[in-house]
Amino acid sequence: MNRFGLILTKSYMNKIKAKSFLITTIIFTLVIIGATNFQSITSLFDGEGGESDEKWQVVVYEEDTDIVNNLSGQTAILNTEIEITAGDNSRAELEEQLENGEFDALLSVNMTEAGRIDAEYLSASLTANAYSGDLQTALQTIQSNMAANRLSLSADELATLNMPVSFSQSAYVESAKSAEELDQARGLVYVLIFVIYMSVLIYSMMIATEVATEKSSRVMEILISSVPPIQQIFAKIIGIGLVGLTQIFIWATVGIISVNLSSDSLEGGIYSLFDFTSGSISTIIYGIVFFILGYFLYATLAAFLGSLVSRTEDLQQVLMPVNILIVGGAMLAFYGLATPEAGFITITSYIPFFTPLVMFTRVGMLNIPLWEPALAILLTVLSILVLGWFGAKVYRGGVLMYGNSSSLKDIKQAVQLSKKEK
Amino acid sequence: MLRIDNVTKTFGDYTAVDQLTLSIPKGEMFGFLGANGAGKTTTFRMILGLIDMTGGTISWNGESIGYHTSNRIGYLPEERGLYPKMKVKEQVVYLARLRGMDKKDAEKELTGWLEKFNVPEYENKRVEELSKGNQQKIQFIASVIHKPDLLILDEPFSGLDPVNVELLKKAVSELKSQGVTIVFSSHRMEHVEELCESLCIIHRGSPIVQGKLNEIKRDFGKKNLWIKADFELEDLEALPGVVKVKRLIGGAELQIENEEVSQEILSLLQPKGFIRQFSLEEPSLNDIFIEKAGASYE
Repeated sequence: MNRFGLILTKSYMNKIKAKSFLITTIIFTLVIIGATNFQSITSLFDGEGGESDEKWQVVVYEEDTDIVNNLSGQTAILNTEIEITAGDNSRAELEEQLENGEFDALLSVNMTEAGRIDAEYLSASLTANAYSGDLQTALQTIQSNMAANRLSLSADELATLNMPVSFSQSAYVESAKSAEELDQARGLVYVLIFVIYMSVLIYSMMIATEVATEKSSRVMEILISSVPPIQQIFAKIIGIGLVGLTQIFIWATVGIISVNLSSDSLEGGIYSLFDFTSGSISTIIYGIVFFILGYFLYATLAAFLGSLVSRTEDLQQVLMPVNILIVGGAMLAFYGLATPEAGFITITSYIPFFTPLVMFTRVGMLNIPLWEPALAILLTVLSILVLGWFGAKVYRGGVLMYGNSSSLKDIKQAVQLSKKEK
Repeated sequence: MLRIDNVTKTFGDYTAVDQLTLSIPKGEMFGFLGANGAGKTTTFRMILGLIDMTGGTISWNGESIGYHTSNRIGYLPEERGLYPKMKVKEQVVYLARLRGMDKKDAEKELTGWLEKFNVPEYENKRVEELSKGNQQKIQFIASVIHKPDLLILDEPFSGLDPVNVELLKKAVSELKSQGVTIVFSSHRMEHVEELCESLCIIHRGSPIVQGKLNEIKRDFGKKNLWIKADFELEDLEALPGVVKVKRLIGGAELQIENEEVSQEILSLLQPKGFIRQFSLEEPSLNDIFIEKAGASYE
């Protein structure tokens, strides 16, 4: 095996065999299994705890009306967890009983001269506001029916009155996706942005740590006398990139199997993010491309910055600008999810450090012509090549420099150390 | 033949190595002496092509040294370093393979070397579990396992106990007898005196003494004279031909211009009383260094 292959294999195997890899992989696998079975898990708790005997007991106190049976019927349609009973005692006594916890809520109902229902809902806490909302809807229906009775309207006439408007949106700009498409795209793009952001952050940090560890344990001087720096950098980057892909592959496999085995219906919840009908395949392909580009760009940067520090403790400091760039890119991308057509989103999508996240947001959210992502990809690839070339120079000098400082002016010194002075 | 021709290295205004010219014949052991910061490591890094020269040329058997020659070159850096978490075997085999060695051969060689150093049980230990001296043995093995033609050892004996120094010296001598060209640096003069035929003393980037050990001593001319006597040794400084006098209990150590001076001193002292010891010795490298550099070495 050649040297490049050896370093690549070692970087890969060392990470794969490490305990930390095993632990993060397992934790995220569990998270994925949890998320895909979310509905079954929550119903597991609901099914045993809430539904059977623990109903929400509402006592109705009426002064001059008699709607309790009607209310009970209407509420049953809306929410089976609410149990309505008529209150026989005086209001003061009922309030006392409520405070003693004999039931959950007190609804006192009154009717005005004009035929309006005045209701007052009294409960220990207002957290269960879904119940009060359902009660309000039920009362509204009762009030409408009573008004219709007084006006002698038929049921059909009443339905005509209550008919909701039909309201649909569409954009006249050709590149824009329809509102429905946007909502579908947004979920997938959101998830992929997050995946790209997290993996670029984590794996580039991994590379920098690896380089800094080799340097601080001083094994670097042997390596650098055996293998050219540019081979070392890219062998490590690809090795750790493969670690990342292995992890993502495991998670994707687990996710797909878990979805297929899951008893949940494939509607709503997390599945609405993965509606594979509307051009989401191309979004996923773009996601993979931009993940690879972003990874290479930031990993190269992290590798040569890692070569500047003498101790791994100083690593955070030199990586700060890189982290700011990644986080900045992510913020722009998340902003771009809401307003993908904003001018500064368009501009920043061509800046190589932001391209992987921001241009991805644009291709995911808009129907932009192919040359736009193609140009941005080209610019990013060029940046990677330039960074790789420049990084190898810094790396070569940087790994031989030992000192306390870890500032960015060391880059200059490192380049000087590695270049021929004439 | 390793040829270093007029090599200079400057870092900004600072000159680390100044017009160094050396040639080391194949199969020779060459000592490179100098205080800390004299430019030894910088010179080695230039030989290995890790840093570029400001001026001059370096060649090994007529070709330049670089990554294309790394399979034939062994290097033990001054700052020892191995992967602390990796097992000895994994690690040495990995480093050997990076220098173009076959996995099986590397494993076999490693076993042989560990036995030679009396530590066969370390094969499956993690490096961080070993003592510093033992880590150094492993590091030495890593630098020679691929059977290089040219071996560069930067301070190979520092930090080792006397027993291990002897072990390592023996290993280095064996490699030399197998025809390996060895360049090693040290700040311990006696190691160089013991092992090398040729040497170079470098001081602030420039070579101040260089050549074959016996020629250097011969050309230096001055000798050391040890005297122990039962009477007071007075006025030695005033004698002609005496360069330096260092008083010791019951005697003195003198540096004299040449060996004839010793006989004059002997005839002067004899009438005065009983002389217990009177010995004429070769100057040590340390004496030569102090003379040439005009400053104490250590």
